[in-house]
Amino acid sequence: MKKFLSLLAVLAMVVSLCACGNNQAPAADTVQSTDDSGAETGAQTAAGVMPAIAKEDIKVGVIHITDPAEGSGYTYTHDLGIQGMQKNIGLEDSQIVRKNNVNDSDATAIENAIRECIEEGCNVIFATSWGFMDTCEALADEFPEVIFSHGTGYKSNGTNFNNYFGRIYQARYLAGIAAGLKTESNKLGYVAAMGQDNSEVTGGINAFAMGAYSVNPDCEVYVKVTNSWFDPEGETQAAQALVDLGCDVIAQHCDTPNPQTVAEQNGVWGVGYNSDMSKDAPGAVLTSVMWDWSVYYTFAVQSIIDGTWSGENYFGGMNEGLVTIAPLSDLCADGTQEAVEAARNQITKEGFNVFDGVIETNDGSTVGADGSTLSDGEITGSMNWYFKNVVVK
Amino acid sequence: MDMLIKFLVAAVGAGTPLLFGTTGEILTEKTGHLNLGVEGMMSIGACIGFMVGYYSDNFVLALCFAALSGAFSALIYAFLTVTLMANQNVTGLTLTIFGIGFANFIGIFVLNKSPEGTLKLPEKITAAMRGIHIQGVSDLPVVGELLFSYSPFVYIGIFIAIVSAYYLNHTKAGLGLKAVGENPGAADAAGIKVTRVKYLNIILGGAICGIGGVYCSMIINGGVWISDNVGGLGWIAVALVIFANWQPSMAILGSFVFGALRVLKYYIPQSIFPFPIAFYDMLPFLMTALVLVISSMRKSSRINLPASLGLNYYREER
Repeated sequence: MKKFLSLLAVLAMVVSLCACGNNQAPAADTVQSTDDSGAETGAQTAAGVMPAIAKEDIKVGVIHITDPAEGSGYTYTHDLGIQGMQKNIGLEDSQIVRKNNVNDSDATAIENAIRECIEEGCNVIFATSWGFMDTCEALADEFPEVIFSHGTGYKSNGTNFNNYFGRIYQARYLAGIAAGLKTESNKLGYVAAMGQDNSEVTGGINAFAMGAYSVNPDCEVYVKVTNSWFDPEGETQAAQALVDLGCDVIAQHCDTPNPQTVAEQNGVWGVGYNSDMSKDAPGAVLTSVMWDWSVYYTFAVQSIIDGTWSGENYFGGMNEGLVTIAPLSDLCADGTQEAVEAARNQITKEGFNVFDGVIETNDGSTVGADGSTLSDGEITGSMNWYFKNVVVK
Repeated sequence: MDMLIKFLVAAVGAGTPLLFGTTGEILTEKTGHLNLGVEGMMSIGACIGFMVGYYSDNFVLALCFAALSGAFSALIYAFLTVTLMANQNVTGLTLTIFGIGFANFIGIFVLNKSPEGTLKLPEKITAAMRGIHIQGVSDLPVVGELLFSYSPFVYIGIFIAIVSAYYLNHTKAGLGLKAVGENPGAADAAGIKVTRVKYLNIILGGAICGIGGVYCSMIINGGVWISDNVGGLGWIAVALVIFANWQPSMAILGSFVFGALRVLKYYIPQSIFPFPIAFYDMLPFLMTALVLVISSMRKSSRINLPASLGLNYYREER
């Protein structure tokens, strides 16, 4: 009897847990057929490779690696983008299915989450994390009528599976200008999630360092690597170590606002990432490097409705409004606004691509050639060097 | 030299949540119950403590509620494993998953209602929990920074560990507790109320873990709420119990050594020691393995592992 009772109690705990975990997932609707309406709205009117789907028949599945309500980080920003898309296009709540906390190194969990979405009638899948890539590729073959769009990777099949990412380095260059003008110790700190072998992080550090160098050639960028995409304690400790080294502006490429709160408590400044972190550390944040994913999500869903979905990879930047920096706070040095606007003009109007010409690295060699710029492939795939004022100590 | 002092200060800060978790788990394991729910109890303490602090602006009240909620979650565990004799490992793991889910659920619920889109503790509390400053003493060079500059949690943690060590080794109740963990049947025959001792100490252990949790949400995360804010520290505390050989006094040393190993990668000059970062991530666990090997080789050394750890006590089968 006691064993039975205890089993019952453990079961109750498990059930209550499930109840907590699923609170965000909308109830399953009946599966809707998309074929008829797709034909009616005139499929393949433009250069589309997939039949158009009428607005009321669109059902979007979103695969999140963590929970959108985590606070300020990666998934939160992606979900703001989904909400923005929903508003721009005018979709109903029932047309969006979210799968949260999908472990991106667990292929079975990813596959289950995507299959559940499709069973619930989703015909568009947005998968927001790197590790979802291979599963998306495989399922795109199995479900040729479903459109898969995967963030931050590089694979695509030209029809129903594409990839989307953005030129976040452009925004980091501007943030580097704000940091370079503000620093008094000429030491900028940078809490990085991953080391030199990760192009995404390393490219961001280089753009930040080049932006700072452009206004303050004496400043150096100190890098501390947590070696994890989510490590609240490690991010705090890394930021504290940078402050202890004498850094007075703490930038970050990691998920929690912890580096910014550390900066605030130590009376130094910081540059946030993902969303506007001035809400978390108003006494420290100069600006934040931000994504506006709604730009892409709106573009993608609209092109599906219009029948112009091309299946091509998307790599948007400041011109598209996909990346930007938060409005500069009052903490910024005088003249920051002008310097940032000038650089923004160079990027958006004059074709400046940050990684132009010959670039000196911190081990004495050079990258690139006069009169050319690094290709997108080199920026996203093989940036494994640091700019000359970057110090790994 | 300056960086060395800062490294030691950071090591103490990184070790403090582990100290609470380890001390709490030692008291629990001394009853013969292996509670793998440390992470969950810390999460619940982190959440309840944070929310009470957020709404009441009162540091002491937040601390009390963190301990109470940790105690309550340990009570669930104690009820299941002591009274209903459920499998300890499964119950502990369930408590971990439940605790993290519960904390995130409450966090999301409150966050969605906040007008600023963020939960940040009021300045009054952040000021109280930041480093103490004693006029004169804290200003001393080196000593002041190394001994009198920490957040109140550090002193509370060391105090609890010392009191626990005294309790375990020098009080009648503590010796009774040890007897229960070694051989509950014998303890029962000697007139010790086994069930009561188990309940009390498991709950006490949970309360200590709860305080460790609120350290995570208040100090590590700078007073801003984020999901999953304990971030796996509870699991390291479970490993540290073995490192500390079930002695609260060793837990003080162990947690600060672990803290030091965790922050080492940020403070060691990479130009002199160019090891990959992953090497430093491995160090604390390499250390645990080494301690296990060494302590099992030295036959003479007393191993304090409670003999009946993990076994439920069926009074009827005595």
